[in-house]
Amino acid sequence: MSTTITGQAFVLGDDVDTDQIIPAQYLSYNPADPEERKYFGMYAMSGIPVEQAGLPGGHTRFVPEGQFESTYKIVIGGRNFGCGSSREHAPLAMAQAGVQAVVSQFYARIFFRNCVNGGYVLPCECDERLIERIATGDQCQIDIEANTLTHLTTGKVYPLNPIGEVKPIIDAGGIFDYASQAGMLKR
Amino acid sequence: MPRPMTMTEKILAAHAGRSDVQPGENVWVDVDILMTHDVCGPGTIGIFKERFGDDAKVWDPDRVVIIPDHYIFTADQKCHRNIQILRDFVRQHGLRYYYDPDFVTSEPGMPNPYKDPTKTHYKGVCHKALPEEGHIRPGEILLGTDSHTCTAGAFGQFATGVGNTDAAFVLGTGKTWLKVPPTMKFVFHGQIPPYLTAKDLILAVIGEISVSGATYKTMYFAGDGVASLTLEDRMTLTNMAIEAGGKNGVCDVDEKTLQYVRARSNVPNWMVYADDPGAGYIFEHEWDLATLEPLVAKPFSPDNRDTAYNCREVKVDRAYIGSCTGGKITDMIFAASLLRGHSVKVPTFVVPGSTEVHADMKRLNVHGEPCQTGDKSIEDVLLDAGCQLAPSSCAACLGGPADTFGRLNEPMTCISTTNRNFPGRMGHKDAGVYLASPLTVAASALTGSITDPREYVGEPIVTGTAGTV
Repeated sequence: MSTTITGQAFVLGDDVDTDQIIPAQYLSYNPADPEERKYFGMYAMSGIPVEQAGLPGGHTRFVPEGQFESTYKIVIGGRNFGCGSSREHAPLAMAQAGVQAVVSQFYARIFFRNCVNGGYVLPCECDERLIERIATGDQCQIDIEANTLTHLTTGKVYPLNPIGEVKPIIDAGGIFDYASQAGMLKR
Repeated sequence: MPRPMTMTEKILAAHAGRSDVQPGENVWVDVDILMTHDVCGPGTIGIFKERFGDDAKVWDPDRVVIIPDHYIFTADQKCHRNIQILRDFVRQHGLRYYYDPDFVTSEPGMPNPYKDPTKTHYKGVCHKALPEEGHIRPGEILLGTDSHTCTAGAFGQFATGVGNTDAAFVLGTGKTWLKVPPTMKFVFHGQIPPYLTAKDLILAVIGEISVSGATYKTMYFAGDGVASLTLEDRMTLTNMAIEAGGKNGVCDVDEKTLQYVRARSNVPNWMVYADDPGAGYIFEHEWDLATLEPLVAKPFSPDNRDTAYNCREVKVDRAYIGSCTGGKITDMIFAASLLRGHSVKVPTFVVPGSTEVHADMKRLNVHGEPCQTGDKSIEDVLLDAGCQLAPSSCAACLGGPADTFGRLNEPMTCISTTNRNFPGRMGHKDAGVYLASPLTVAASALTGSITDPREYVGEPIVTGTAGTV
């Protein structure tokens, strides 16, 4: 795994719930089917109200019309990112669209757990209210080793909170790989 | 002296093989029951097969419960296919506890619903069906691939929602890791007045602490006010713990709980835990039920609390009564008591929370007693008032496919007994949803504007034996 993630940021507000990340009407696709799985990328973030989509201006498509992947690699959220429904389709949709990391002030519990245990996107926390400092489209770089986010547009470096006790699971790539490495699973 | 512990700490300690656990520590626990449904089941099964192999066995076929409930009444072929994936898995693994929508076939188009709710294997919404079918017992750990799995905490157990990967891991191993949550205590004093239901209580709590106020925490609902509630109304409290970010919600076990569980479950042995005197709470808040007013949560967040009275100028385009939160038989009695003899002014959609609720709506009168000659059933009363009734399912609570009954396909204002009103939750992302009790929803359906149910409710509403054993 590369130790840095570099890309354009897509900025959202507070309390972005999983219905906004992937609306319920698309949950009939089966994520276990590789062809159907792609559609979670196509519809990722399609439930965000237009004025909230890509702050500060809003009105920004996350995934171009008719495509399966986004040009944004880093999602920046405010407080309580990923609240609401437990659907794992939410971090899966973000990963499927090409997102590698999400940075927010804090997460709703199930979303965070799904990110970690499913190994979809890196859920970083930052005490700074980045949604007021970074604009959609700005280039950012996350340094996983140094645990920082650099806003390349301004050069400003923001410390990220320590990942804590779930780091071994993230490093392993998810709960199955962690448990296999720890000798808890035999195939 | 052992450290005083909460119910949740005791349950997690017992399932981790420990005498003590501390809030904040991670423990590996044995899971008693794993539940999944048609929306998350196929993905869970896919991960299970990928990780454990096509021929792998589930850890215990009698501890896996599969309840299709989300996308049943839709012509979307993928949804029918997803139910077939569940059927194939159930057959392969010999699972006993599967509640098939037997009327869903490979024929294209909208399935013909059950004719008689007592004559189908289908049970309706998982959180209501789980206790009805005897899968919920005090002291146990339930994990489910649905955020409202926390509902079952009303029975004094640890119940929480997980994703597909976690569920697949449990399917193969029977184990998961959990971070022990600290407990917040919410105390309600007094008897619940006739114009309030548990929905008003939980909207008060969420409005107080916000949609993230209980993140990673246990919400313990206590006091004589909670003891006075029916089990179904307690389920409304724990159901919406997730709307405050709660990991789980719990109520004390009492005679009502024991009676229900003994009548429903065929598992004879389980443990009843209670908080020790002196157990530590990181937050406590008290309410006097006599001073609480009927509440709503305004768009677009469950913590956007206001009184129904303050919103009296708000016109509504439709009313919705249903879901695991507000589609139980007592919810139907609350609504029917108020609608009886009147006509709704706006389209009013009613969806029973389970096929048992649907059967009880036909069997019981508005006092919750079996219909005698000449009595109108709850269903009759609602239909006479002009409500539209659909078979049980999650229906429009979470929007769903475009042909879902009651779905908000246009920008409009809806008052609803459901649980969540973030943008797009019930369909169109510009549709505004007001969350409220079945009394407030029924009162608003009668006037076409948000209406304080005190304008209609005088006498206490008796629910009789409804929703008990």
